[in-house]
Amino acid sequence: MLPFSFEWAWDMGHMVFMGGLWYALTILGLGMTYCIIMAAVDTAKGKGSHNH
Amino acid sequence: MDSALIPEGVKRCSFGKFILWIVIVGAVLLWGVVAMLLCWFKGLNQTNMNDAYGFALWIWADLAVIALGGGAFFTGLLRYVMGKDELKNIINYAVLIGFICYSSALLILGMDVGQPLRSWFIFWHANVHSMLTEVAFCLSCYFAVLTIEYIPLILENRQIDRVPFFHNLSHNMHGIMAIFAATGAFLSFFHQGSLGGTPAVLFGRPFSFREGVLIWPWTFFLFTWSAAACGPCFTILVTWITEKITRKKLVKQNVIMLLAKIAGWMLATYTVAKIIDTWYWATVTAPARGFNFMDFYSNNPLYGPWILVLEIVICGVIPSIILITKTGRKSSFLLISAVLLAVLGACVNRWVMVLQVMAVPVLTFESWFMYFPSWQEIATTILPVAYGIILIMISYRYLPIFPQEQEIEEEKNASIFV
Amino acid sequence: MKEEHKHVKTKKYGMVIDLDKCTGCGSCMVACMSENNVPFKKDETNKLDSITWLRIYKLTNGKKFPETDICYIPRPCMQCEGEHGHAPCVSVCPATATDYNHETGIVSQIYTRCFGCRYCMAACPYHARYFNWWDPVWPDGMEKSLSPNVSPRMRGVVEKCSFCFHRYQLAKNKAYAQGRRELKEDEYQTACTQACPAGAITFGDLNNHNHAVYKLAKPDNKHGGRPRNPNAFRLLEKLGTNPKVYYLSTREWVRRAGDNYIKDEGKLEHH
Repeated sequence: MLPFSFEWAWDMGHMVFMGGLWYALTILGLGMTYCIIMAAVDTAKGKGSHNH
Repeated sequence: MDSALIPEGVKRCSFGKFILWIVIVGAVLLWGVVAMLLCWFKGLNQTNMNDAYGFALWIWADLAVIALGGGAFFTGLLRYVMGKDELKNIINYAVLIGFICYSSALLILGMDVGQPLRSWFIFWHANVHSMLTEVAFCLSCYFAVLTIEYIPLILENRQIDRVPFFHNLSHNMHGIMAIFAATGAFLSFFHQGSLGGTPAVLFGRPFSFREGVLIWPWTFFLFTWSAAACGPCFTILVTWITEKITRKKLVKQNVIMLLAKIAGWMLATYTVAKIIDTWYWATVTAPARGFNFMDFYSNNPLYGPWILVLEIVICGVIPSIILITKTGRKSSFLLISAVLLAVLGACVNRWVMVLQVMAVPVLTFESWFMYFPSWQEIATTILPVAYGIILIMISYRYLPIFPQEQEIEEEKNASIFV
Repeated sequence: MKEEHKHVKTKKYGMVIDLDKCTGCGSCMVACMSENNVPFKKDETNKLDSITWLRIYKLTNGKKFPETDICYIPRPCMQCEGEHGHAPCVSVCPATATDYNHETGIVSQIYTRCFGCRYCMAACPYHARYFNWWDPVWPDGMEKSLSPNVSPRMRGVVEKCSFCFHRYQLAKNKAYAQGRRELKEDEYQTACTQACPAGAITFGDLNNHNHAVYKLAKPDNKHGGRPRNPNAFRLLEKLGTNPKVYYLSTREWVRRAGDNYIKDEGKLEHH
């Protein structure tokens, strides 16, 4: 999974495969981070408190 | 008692009745949990698996629930990426069903491996050539996507939504949901495919082995295709069952019709591809390895040509014809029969690609291996069903799963007064 | 790590089993279990959940007396090479717990790495891989007689014949200590080979033209190791698993039992 595990090799298989995994994880991680930060910013601006 | 938690403008049964059903289904769940603990603490000797049947009921259940949970990714793809806007009225439920299916699959996998505490090895020491590695990666990532898609629904609960941060979080997550849905579709394409590749790369097993293109056997594409076809059928089926139990319409018919039509065309094209694949396998691939077609369907008490007829004709051709014709879709009986058959077809296909693969003798001096699961295997396979029912019950009661419910109710009331 | 043995000639350890000599006595099985600390249960009648790295199958020609004939086939792990080391089981293992050693041609199994998914077992057409359904338990005192050179396996992992790889390591150590890099033929022999009273099992390097295994099977290494000896065959040759265990028999029905044929295909091919 990481280049620290001893069977890691910088070959095409690892680059494509692990690249795909890290690409997906990055999108999910960044997406959620964005949502949480924006939610905090919106809340600080007082959005969302008017409903109900 | 819990009316403050129930979405506004909708009616739910009494709290007592709700709890009674939770307890009844919970008892089944508990039975499964006992069996699960037995398997974890005493080991897999609690199952009827053996060295010939290393893959059995659990792997079938995994493949089947993942295929049926495919409704989430395909509906998401249609809704968020292809812009089929009507599907927003069923996407929540598709996501919930997908979430249940995928969490069940992960739970079953957690029981199925001999050393569950080492499961992380599949990530850490990943063999990039193994189909199962790709399955594990995409499955867990896609489960994360489904969780991300399910969270805004939870946040929309009447009481949780009052908290400004949660309200904003839900709003922001909805805002970029297309990105998550697209990532989910990408991941799903690969893990559904890899599950198809799992038996097909076994070149020591002529029954499941398939040729293909580059590193992908034909079944890689067939499994993704059938999941995209049968997943939405399962969503329609579960929606119908929910409507029957709650005794009310929850999703407008035009939404169901659209999804059924798309699923129908996916199923029809899949069935054609499956027939071609089976024909090529029976006449070229298997004979090249010394096997006659009938070697796979004779001399045993269960697997005969009937299973092929059931899978391809009864559960493939027939539902395809019903779903692609307007008359077929319009008849409620035919529509539900068709989606039921399509769901059964996906389950039969996964059964064949797991259990029949193990059953067929390859060495000439061995005979068919037959297997019947132990009660622990059965209980742990029913466990996710009970868990799914409970999660649906709770979600239906407290979350705005069906956006059209209130509107349909109002229209119904209005028509009564007219 | 991968390059350090490049100066040493690549070996392809393999086995030739003369089925005309095998009496089915089971000495090889006993030797194997004892040598490799193979766990056993009180009741071993169910062969589908008991571990036998080397298993003997009994075959008959299906004819009535006086034409009836039987043959015993000892089946260790075939140490398949597949194409370029892609053995059926190796490429499927998700956690790299099994590996094809290009230096020896032996398929390894790393017990502490295996997490018991059993995909390799599904992949192996020879049923040479076994799962530890139970914790290994030895009768009181017997654990003292276990071999210190082979690690016992825990519940929930897969194990299989290793061609007594620990013997290879010991022989290598000894040779290195004596300043040698190459092993002599008799320095590395498996337990089953040495235990066979009929001398039916021969073991050695299939790449070495001086070794008995090469002379017996005459493998055509340019064509996937197919035997050139007309009496030699491998199990399930057509699947492309490229095994390193060869069988010898002068009887056509025995050779034919090694593979599947469609209808009357190849009936005369061994004549």
